[in-house]
Amino acid sequence: MNTEQRRKERIDRGIKVRTDGLYAVMSWRELSYLTLPRIVLIVGLLILPFVMPSMYWQRVISIVCIYALLAVSFDLLAHFVGLVSLGGALFIGVGGYLSAIMNTSLGFPPLLAIPIATIAGAGICTLLLLPCLPLRGVYFAIVSLMYPLAMTRVIEALDILGGTDGIMGIDSFPNRWVEQYFVILMVLLFLFGVRRLVNLDIGLVLRAVKDNDQAVRASGMSITLYKAVAVFISSAMGCLGGACIVHIYMWSGMSLFALDFSIIPIAATVIGGAGTLVGPVLGCLILVPVSELLREFGTLRIVFYSLILVGFIVFRSEGIMVYGQRKYHQIERWVKV
Amino acid sequence: MDILIYGTVNSIALALMALGFALVYGISRVPNFAHGALYVITGFIAWSLLRGLGLNYLLSIVLAIIAIGVVGALIYQFVLIRVRGMAISEIIASYAIGLAILEGLRWGGFKGTTYTLPVFIEGSINIGDIPVDLHRLLVIAIGIAVVAFLWLFTHYTRIGLALRGMAQDERAALMLGIDSDIMAVVAMASGAMLAGLAGIVLLPLGNIVVEKGYDVLIQAIAVCIVGGLGSWMGAVLAAFLIGFAQILTVVYLGTHFQMVVALLAIILTLILRPSGLFGMQKELEERV
Repeated sequence: MNTEQRRKERIDRGIKVRTDGLYAVMSWRELSYLTLPRIVLIVGLLILPFVMPSMYWQRVISIVCIYALLAVSFDLLAHFVGLVSLGGALFIGVGGYLSAIMNTSLGFPPLLAIPIATIAGAGICTLLLLPCLPLRGVYFAIVSLMYPLAMTRVIEALDILGGTDGIMGIDSFPNRWVEQYFVILMVLLFLFGVRRLVNLDIGLVLRAVKDNDQAVRASGMSITLYKAVAVFISSAMGCLGGACIVHIYMWSGMSLFALDFSIIPIAATVIGGAGTLVGPVLGCLILVPVSELLREFGTLRIVFYSLILVGFIVFRSEGIMVYGQRKYHQIERWVKV
Repeated sequence: MDILIYGTVNSIALALMALGFALVYGISRVPNFAHGALYVITGFIAWSLLRGLGLNYLLSIVLAIIAIGVVGALIYQFVLIRVRGMAISEIIASYAIGLAILEGLRWGGFKGTTYTLPVFIEGSINIGDIPVDLHRLLVIAIGIAVVAFLWLFTHYTRIGLALRGMAQDERAALMLGIDSDIMAVVAMASGAMLAGLAGIVLLPLGNIVVEKGYDVLIQAIAVCIVGGLGSWMGAVLAAFLIGFAQILTVVYLGTHFQMVVALLAIILTLILRPSGLFGMQKELEERV
């Protein structure tokens, strides 16, 4: 019997070790090793509208960006604070309806209505979710799952906010280039902003809330407050997406609370790489166009996402981005045991 | 008087919906977000057996409930067991399975008002001067029977005692030779069968529609939270609270507000008494 066994050894690349320190700025090679992935992402997103063949696919890019905002917000909440939000549609709906109302009733132009809807919507969402923030466990998932479903019932029952017809006659962006670059820039801004945020002091506290909340409490910090801050930030991202989407479609209705907005960001996060923040954006870039191609299949698409989601969670829980990072930073070789 | 009767029926119905969820959560600490989907799909299985294959009604009911038990066991054995203990993955995986089932049914054309199961007993009787159809009375009887059966099962049989042991302290149960994985599969299968039974009993009162899956999930969760997650008797009592509250809102406000009652009940419970009326978890563990 052959008792000799081999195992795979992973070693950091030399250049990775060198660029970890301050001396990264000493040579072009190391500088580009550090900045290349980021530049590829930024430039790639910025030229996307130019390379798209038709108006239709340019519109798809805007939708991708909105889903990307939601997915980053899901990733921030789930993997940095430990709150699983099953209701991304709540954020989209609140932001969307607020912006629609401000545009149609108060006559604010889109570029003024969107920021206000973002901040006010985030406040409303945080207030709605506040009761489950002092608690551990599955309560946040349950409550966030219920709100979008309950919202549609309330709108239907009271016949407010346009009822089942929705609100029509909303102004669009000045032109489609403004629309696309606005959402793309917002995605980049929030992506890098959140990456920065999780490495600041507050990010450390948030991760501590996820890993060991008693330690945070013992340090004299209010867990509820920090969770509320995190929920505010991520619902602001969702509301921004919702506010943009009503101005893109020039219509706001109950479909803003639809399941797609809850499930696609989760699927994108799991596929792209949970906890990397860039992964969810990549996941959206893959999933949303695929979803557009499969449009004729209707709700079968949701089945398709759900099954992919289960498959990835069970068998490949690391996701594309974590895999990519490992290949980029490390070499693998077989060694004898 | 009609409030009393219909409130009781509604409460028992809620208890039936919630018991499966409470059982699975109480024993394996897995929030089964596929609960509503299991409820609805059992109705469709029974419908297909009855109308498609032309089987006897009783036989198709029994087959449908057995089938859903197997589905529940398979879901646990092949998916949930691999992510056990990872709260985020548990929630996402079970939610995704539920969505896949429900939206798959919707895609498969199971929508609209064409799908109904026949009631068990036709006809109605008058209690006082209120006409009540016999099926609703049967719901009450079945509900009481199920609760009694569960109580006897968990107090006087080996498997039932093992399940309760696991619910109380998994490590101690392991030490006493109870295989927690097998017990969790049993719990999931019986939770699924309870969901299926609830579906079979309650679906004849209306159409089988996919949207019911979400409603049932939410009402079951609301009942479980108000009663205290993991507590079965709490769930039954909470079902009466929410059941009567719902009937009162329907009478005085309108049918659309049923869902809002469930939501308000959850929110109020979380604010006032997070561990529920009869929470098995100590309050300190839950409230950070």
